[in-house]
Amino acid sequence: MMKKSGIILYSHGGALNMELNIHFHKENNILKVFIEGEIDTFTAPKLRDELEAIDIDSLVFIELDLSKVVYMDSTGLGVIVAIYKKVTRQDGNLKLVGLSNRLERLFAITGLSELMNIEADVKVV
Amino acid sequence: MKAFDYVEIRVPAKPQYVSVIRLAISGLATRVGFLYDEIEDIKIAISEAVTNIVHHAYEDENGDIIIGCALYTDKIEIMVTDYGKSSFDFEETKLKVGPYKQSDSISQLREGGLGLFLMETLMDEVKVNNEGGVTVFMTKFVKREQVKEHVQTDET
Repeated sequence: MMKKSGIILYSHGGALNMELNIHFHKENNILKVFIEGEIDTFTAPKLRDELEAIDIDSLVFIELDLSKVVYMDSTGLGVIVAIYKKVTRQDGNLKLVGLSNRLERLFAITGLSELMNIEADVKVV
Repeated sequence: MKAFDYVEIRVPAKPQYVSVIRLAISGLATRVGFLYDEIEDIKIAISEAVTNIVHHAYEDENGDIIIGCALYTDKIEIMVTDYGKSSFDFEETKLKVGPYKQSDSISQLREGGLGLFLMETLMDEVKVNNEGGVTVFMTKFVKREQVKEHVQTDET
């Protein structure tokens, strides 16, 4: 699904999956992943599947944009830790961007902020 | 004279109901007078407790989760129980969970085990009882200066 180098390569939504939507946007060797909605035990399998399907070898950089994630708990952290390990193992780079104060706090109290490349939400005024 | 209102919710132990519980608890916490950040903390803690039951309580069987909430003027007490089969040793589990350390090697990072840690971090008190199923009791207090008459109880 991400073999072509185009603009929007893959996106879907629909009434059945209102809780979580994931969109990919590839530019050169950078893949931006836009995650929107709630990440909990019900929606996490979908996120895990989509992230596991990424062909890391063809990429230098993966950026997870979490600015539209309105809820996340340990299930979501587990999925992100898993993809982080996989990307790191394959010498890729993973960065988390657009974290709300809530998400920043979640990564801080669990100690993940110290381990991962995280960029807080930059508000454009 | 009852010093609190009691609300009980019963749902099937299935992943799709975790967000339903989260939404209901968020409404109840609003009634008690918690602020936005505290409500978000309670939402995560309750989701962690319910998620544990969804994954561990009923192996291939249908079962329910019961969530009991006691709403006081200055605190909320939440009990989550499965009446079910799983047994869970709080002290033993506690040794295996917790935040990540900077010295952790990336390839060894755990992909789970943060649920109990988050409950303990985000709530003021957490107790787990393992007799005949798992019951988690959690309490969160409203900060004194923001206690208002959000909940009408019989207390005078």
